[in-house]
Amino acid sequence: MADLFKLKVVTPDRIFYDGNVTMVELTTTEGEIGIYANHIPTTAVVAPGVLKIHEEGGEKKAALMAGFIEVLQAQVTVMAEVAEWPEDIDVKRAEEARIRAERRLKDRYPGTDVMRAEMALKRAIVRLEAKAR
Amino acid sequence: MATMRDIKRRRDSIQSTEQITKAMKLVATVKLQKSRARAEAAKPYFNLMYDTMSSIITRSGAIRHKYLQAGASPKKAVVTITSNRGLAGGYNNNIVKLVNAELPAADTLVYAIGRKGRDGLARRGFAIQGDYSEVINDPLYQDASELADVLLKAFTAGEIGEIYLAFTMFKNTVVHTPRLLKLLPVELPDREGRADGASDAEPKARAIMDYEPDDETVLDAIVPKYMSSLIYGALLESLASENGARMTAMDSATSNAEEMIEDLSLQYNRARQGAITQELTEIVAGANAIGG
Repeated sequence: MADLFKLKVVTPDRIFYDGNVTMVELTTTEGEIGIYANHIPTTAVVAPGVLKIHEEGGEKKAALMAGFIEVLQAQVTVMAEVAEWPEDIDVKRAEEARIRAERRLKDRYPGTDVMRAEMALKRAIVRLEAKAR
Repeated sequence: MATMRDIKRRRDSIQSTEQITKAMKLVATVKLQKSRARAEAAKPYFNLMYDTMSSIITRSGAIRHKYLQAGASPKKAVVTITSNRGLAGGYNNNIVKLVNAELPAADTLVYAIGRKGRDGLARRGFAIQGDYSEVINDPLYQDASELADVLLKAFTAGEIGEIYLAFTMFKNTVVHTPRLLKLLPVELPDREGRADGASDAEPKARAIMDYEPDDETVLDAIVPKYMSSLIYGALLESLASENGARMTAMDSATSNAEEMIEDLSLQYNRARQGAITQELTEIVAGANAIGG
């Protein structure tokens, strides 16, 4: 059995998750990472992606949008600007947002904020991914 | 001497004022509970952000990063958080006074959240650069991060050299302290700057912290979030302080009104008694005159 470590996920409005876990997986700007206990102290910037929390009894998923992660010897802290459990995600809304963002990216009308549309698309995809499976 | 009718009119008017202040106090109490709960829910994030930031700064003292150095411009920007409505005792005025005392009016651009602060500073000759007064009615994290974006853009473009945040810290229902915090260049306020003043995370040994991809990119990404979270935290603290200040102000207004009503009632009764006595004397005198 892998060692446990303390994981804290905090959003501006609440403590999203606080507990002992065996591993956490998430996406940073440098790619996907998985962290076990006794990881080297690291600070990285979070990119939109699915947050996978491996607890002793099972696995939990959440959509994680932006923020950063601080890995210390004994504790891992994720400062998330937005984090959502699958049960809080509205599939229909996310699906619609995905379609809208895709259209905006395809048409490229002058004045379209491509960066923003891409971010919206990414967020919608992450939400759907967190909800699926 | 005031006539009976005058006194009565005055008393009735104070009575209806008292009813209003009483109602306002009740509303403020309910709102205080809500905003206080929100401010408390936001504290862990606020404090963690602060701790993380201080560990990064202490470790990376040698880094020359644009956010860690004052801009070339002599202009200063200040975000002032006040309320849109008055009748909250010294709440709004304290912020205006603090900003006026600490920053030069000629070189300061005000990003106002809250109409009272905006108007007060405009009267004192400050230039109002932006007005986000709607935000204080219902602060969202989104609002804070949008404002942080605007400020960082202006900072990067060299329009402003320093950014301050003026807000009211909520200690408890009756104690609120106005504070002026330097946001940029990042300069960590003393421990008191933390929302609760506690220090659960003493600087840990983080000498071997790894930054991915590198310190500069991480700072680029974290500083905006640091600013957003400070602004957001300040918004919630100020909102709780506003309601607390209004509650206290309305409470003392209500008790003042009660006191005045008591005084006036006494005066009224004296006047009434006087009038009756006079009438009796007149009747007796009249009867005597006829009988005599």
